[in-house]
This record gives sequence, C-alpha cells and structure tokens, in this order.
Amino acid sequence: MDRLNTLLEEINAVVSHPAQVVKKFKEETGKKVIGCVPYYCPEEIVHAAGALPVGMWGGQTRLSKSNSYFPAFACSIMQSVMEFALNGVYDDLEAAIIPAPCDTLKSLGQDWISAAPQVKPIHIVHPQMSHIPAGIRYMETELEHVRSEIEKIIGEKITDAALNQSIEIYNEYRQTMREFTEIAAIYPHIISPKIRHRVIKGAYFAKKEWYTAVVKELIGELKKQPVLKWPGKKVILTGIMVEPDGLLDLFDEYRFAVIGDDLAQESRDFRTDVPAGDQPLARLAAQWALRDCCSLIYDPAKKRGQMLIDMARDGEADGIVLCMMKFCDPEEFDYPILKKEFEAANIPLLYLEIDQQMQSIEQARTRIQGFSEILLG
Amino acid sequence: MSEKLTSKELLNQLTQKHYTDAKLAKERGGLVAWSTSIAPQEFCETMGIEVLYPENHAAAVGAKGGAIPLLQHSEGNGYSLDLCSYARINLGYMEMQDCCFENIPLPDLIICCNNICNTLIKWYENIAKELNIPMIMIDVPYNCEYEVTQARVDYIRGQFEEAIRQLEEICGRPFDYERFEEVMKISSEAATTWKYAMDLAAHVPSPLNGFNIFNYMALIVCMRGKPESIQLFKTVAEELEELIKNGASQFPVKEEFRVMWEGIACWPYLSHNFKTLKSYGINVVGSTYPDAWTLLYEANDLDGMARAYASVMNNTNLARQVDLRTNIIKDTKCDGAIYHLNRSCKLMDFMQYELQRQVFEKTGVPYVVFDGDQTDPRNFAKAQFETRIQALVEMMAERKKLLAME
Repeated sequence: MDRLNTLLEEINAVVSHPAQVVKKFKEETGKKVIGCVPYYCPEEIVHAAGALPVGMWGGQTRLSKSNSYFPAFACSIMQSVMEFALNGVYDDLEAAIIPAPCDTLKSLGQDWISAAPQVKPIHIVHPQMSHIPAGIRYMETELEHVRSEIEKIIGEKITDAALNQSIEIYNEYRQTMREFTEIAAIYPHIISPKIRHRVIKGAYFAKKEWYTAVVKELIGELKKQPVLKWPGKKVILTGIMVEPDGLLDLFDEYRFAVIGDDLAQESRDFRTDVPAGDQPLARLAAQWALRDCCSLIYDPAKKRGQMLIDMARDGEADGIVLCMMKFCDPEEFDYPILKKEFEAANIPLLYLEIDQQMQSIEQARTRIQGFSEILLG
Repeated sequence: MSEKLTSKELLNQLTQKHYTDAKLAKERGGLVAWSTSIAPQEFCETMGIEVLYPENHAAAVGAKGGAIPLLQHSEGNGYSLDLCSYARINLGYMEMQDCCFENIPLPDLIICCNNICNTLIKWYENIAKELNIPMIMIDVPYNCEYEVTQARVDYIRGQFEEAIRQLEEICGRPFDYERFEEVMKISSEAATTWKYAMDLAAHVPSPLNGFNIFNYMALIVCMRGKPESIQLFKTVAEELEELIKNGASQFPVKEEFRVMWEGIACWPYLSHNFKTLKSYGINVVGSTYPDAWTLLYEANDLDGMARAYASVMNNTNLARQVDLRTNIIKDTKCDGAIYHLNRSCKLMDFMQYELQRQVFEKTGVPYVVFDGDQTDPRNFAKAQFETRIQALVEMMAERKKLLAME
C-alpha cells in the first residue's frame, strides 16, 4: 500500500497546485505552456511543439471581475475561466486554445481578446458535420491553423514525425486512463470518487508520458490488492464535470462507488483513440469524426442515452447520476431525452446540479442522501 | 380592376397564405419541413416542400400572449427555464399541437443551420429524435476571423451537396437544378428589396415606425424564396418613399429621438415597449434585422451562397459585430441605443457587455440595457424597462444640448 499511497500523493500534489507545476516546467525546460480550454483541444499539437498543454476547467473562486463580461446566467466553468484570466492567473501561459462548440465558448473566445490580451487566443471551430468528407477536410484546416499558430509561438516547425510520435504518446495515455477507470470500478474501497476524479484530472497538468507511467504503476499496485465486495451502491456519472471536491466526498459518505463515467472532463476526453495513419492532421481529424455520444457533438439519433443504458447494464450499476452543469445549454437539452430513456429502461436517475462556485453542498447532500434511500428502498 | 393592397393588407394576406399552404400540403400528403430562421430555404423551395419556421411561430405565440402553457409543458418534460424560450415553446407545441395562434402541422423533415446559434442544433436534434424524422444540418462554423475563410466556404458547400443528396432521398426524385437557379434569383431579389425598403428608415425624420420591422420580418423569414415577398417589400418601399416625399411617417408622434434596438423584440410586451418609447417620441430607426436577411449572392454561385449564410451577424466575430452596430448608429443617425439582455439568447448576451463598451467608444452615443426575454413573459419587468428608457432620454437630451452648443 505504501507505493500506492506515494503515487496517489504525487498525483494529488499536481492536482492541488497546477500553478506550481507550470512554473516548475518553465524553469526546468525553458519551454512554453499553452492553455487548453474545454472541449476537445488537439493537445497532441502542443505536445509535439515541446510545450506543456494545460487544461483550463475553471475552479472555485469568487466571481467579481467576470461580471463585466458575463451576466449571471453563464456556466460556472467559463465564469471562473474568465475570472482567472482577468486576475492574471493564466499569465504564465503563452496562449490558450479556445474551441467554440457552444454559444458560451464562442463568446468567451471573442471576449478573451480584450479581457486577456497577455494570453494569445488560438481559436478552433470543430465541424459538427464531421462524418462527411467535407467535414474531415475542414477539420484538417482548423488543425493546420492551430499548428501554425503554435509554430509562431515556439519559433520552430512542428514536424509530422513529431506529431505522429505525440499521437502515439497520447493514444497510450488514453488507453491507460480507460484501463484505470475499469480498475477503479473494481477497487472502490481504495479509489473513492474523489480520488478517481483527481487521478483523471491530474493528466491536464502534466506531460503525458510521465503521467501515463505514474498511472500505469498505480494500476499495477492496485491489481496487487485484494478485491473486496463493495457494500454500497454503484453509479455512473454523466455530464460535463463533477466539482467541487466536497461534492465528491458526499458520494463517498453515502457509499456510492463510481464505476464508470461519461463526463466531458473525464472519459469523453480519452475514450476515442486517434486512428493509425501517416498524416498526423488527417489522423486527428479522423479521431474527431469518430467521437460521439457527447452533448457538444451533433447527433440527431442521440445515441448517448443508449450508450449510458448499456454502460449501466454491463457494469451492473444501481443508477445514473446526471451531473448538470448549471446554465449549460447542450447538457440541458439532452436531459429531457435521457430522462425519458432511463425511465423506459427502468434505470434510477439522480439529477444533480453542478456549480463550481456553490457555497454550500447541503442541497446536494439532501439529493444524494435521497437517492441513496431510493436505491436502498 | 381591384385596388392595390397596402403593405399591411398584403402582409396579413401572405401570412395567412403561408400557414394555409402548409396545412393544405400536409392534408394532400405533401412534405412539410420545419426550419431555423436563416437556414438556406432555397433547397426545400426548389423541391416544393412547404417550410414552416418555429422561431417565427413561437414569436407570434408569444406576441399573442399564449406562451405560458407551452413553456410550462416543456418545463414539465424537463426543459430548464434557462433554455431559449423559442425552443421551449416549440418543443411544447410539438407535443400539445395546440396554441393561441395558427396551429402548424408537424414536420416530415427538419432543416437546421447554426449560423445564428448552436442552441438550434440541440433543439432540432430533439425534434428529430422525438418525431423520428430526418434532419438536414448545415453547420456553419463560427467565424473567429473577420471574413469567412475559403476553408469554411468549402465545408459549407460540401454540406449543400449533402443536403441535396438527403432531399433527393427524402423526396424520391432528383434535385431540380433549373428550378434551383430560379429560386436563387428570387431569393436574392427578395433580399435586395428587403434591404432597400428597410434602409429607407435612415431618412430624417424616419418614414418607418421601427416596430413595424418586427412585423415585416415575419415575411422575410417565411417567404424569401417566393416572388410574393418581393411584391410585399416593393410595396413597403413605395409607401415609405411616398411618406418621405410628404415629410410624413408611420411613426404616430413627432420623432424626438432616434435609437438603435439591439437584439430580438420582447414579443409579449411589444405594445408596452412601443408605447413607452412613443411617449418620449423615440423611434427605433436602427436595428440589425435589415442586415440579417440581406443574403446576397449571384444565382448558381454556391460559394457566394455559402459565404452569405456564413456571414450572418450572430456568426461573425466581435470586431465585425462592433463595426456593424457602429455603422448602423452612424448611418441611421441614432441618438442612443437600447440593448436587450435577452435571457433566451446566450450568444447575443455573452458578448454584449464588451460590444456595448466598444460601440460606445466608437460612437459616443448613450445606451441603456434592460433585462428581458424574447417570449418568456416571466423574465421581463415593465418598471425596469420604463426606468431605463427614462434614463436614456435624459442622457440623449443632455447630449443633444451639448452637441447644439458646439
């Protein structure tokens, strides 16, 4: 258990102090750091440039300056990202890649130009019609744009060879993270919902080759542990993200094990590998076309519901927790359809509102407690 | 010979025809589509598919005071109160199929173009899923650059081809390219005529009562592929030119102040908003609506058509949006601006604060903001609107005084 705990502590240090990680990286390597605003940034391009890609998923803070850009009804991730930007929290970043899959992100990308001129925005607009050839070709041009912007920043070309190598590193990372989520489901008495979240989140602040090695070792250590029967309930999480940590502690308190997830910050990010090939940008575009079951990706068949039903059945989950990022249009539109499908499939559903700035978790406690009673009932 | 119809009569007649034609088509077993308001209607028009516009329909329902039951129905199904009220009205209507305005037939297919927002994608996905019908998606990527890049034009063109393929499959017959050329010509002429008529508002004093744009708009949305719309906007232009000649106006009182209205109307409170403005002699002479449907391109120029649909104001970057408003304020000689912080429209709202600052910096024209909603009557307070307008009047009067002294 000692080595296991040490590994978890290492991960914890990264997640708790991303700013220090960034500073240390810059000092030790002299290389640039580039921010990646959700969702689906082509991190491989940043990696291939030798720079450190850093996830920008907001955090707990007091919103004050962000009010000069966003009214109160913007989602809390983008509110806190804006607040951090205005407070200089991102000043160590050379640039930030800002995608535009929702209306809030389109706005953030534009507001950024005057709000944070010290951090260059690199815009990318993913195609929604990614399954047709014109969509894939267009995606390649967007990726080329990101590549050339980063090349300007580092003052060097990013070669195809370097990019292909980064893709392999990222594919290995994705496979490792998927394996971790499977193992975590088997060891919920060691990997609590909060630890699970932090192990996944840590990857947003670390060089992937190092992080993959850490998680691989963690998996190895876990496999040495005895498999115990889980006395509590098992759930699957779906939505954008689950934070703050206090919320995850509640799952632990009421004996919920997270046996799988469909969170944008977690499995959605690493569930699709980049296919094999020679042309790296074509490979990344092909990966984008393969991604699905996400509220931010066009899908008139809305396969997300069935995917979750299958996940719940395969994992023998007791229920699904829909972690609703407050004011997130894409997720809020998916909810009525999901609700109907889960009801028809007889899968209990908990609707849990997520606000990174939530001052009190008591409301969430009542809901999680209530859900626990329903499942035990 | 019958007497020539006024624009108002023609507008009513054409609106009626629009809804009747769709109902008749459905009864005859023809195809009916629902479409977003600035989607390329040219394709369905070419194939003889009757197209209805849920945004228009929801606005009319809201204006007639019938939004609440439909909103509540959607909310009962789990739709958050924070979502676009057009969507909530339409998704409620889809199930209830009963409202205070024209009841529209359910669609056999839907066509969605996200050049005004990405919320539409989600809304239309849900229609497609619930009704199990085909969806034609024209994804117009947001333009972070000032101009539409060729890569985006190519992508949109590729989707036009895909839309044609889907329509051929749905209709079971080949796409009629000759008819398509004709529709493109009509659509371009309708857009030109619309723009010409609306631009007459710039005259001082304005011949147009700005709130009438909200009425005319219904037709440029629904019928811009049909020759009747050209006739209507020609009539509007003739009437406005006649008013200019006589130094008269549709605006019923003396034009004391000229303003730009930013954003969608507050449909449930249209009459209240108009009366409040009228009481101070404020006429809305500038808005982004004239530009929104000025979709200009040459017939058979699919690149031009892609560029036109991609350049819709909501889809342009902030710098270009600032320029558009700055030009509107300058060209129509506005004394002030009214910004609608529309609870339904995140895309318009989340850039609006910065837009206000930059437009003000460039024009020096005073402005106020009010909280409202396009069709959810619960998100608007009359008292706040009145107070803000009063404040605007004071600022505009002060500025006029200063300008007169210079």
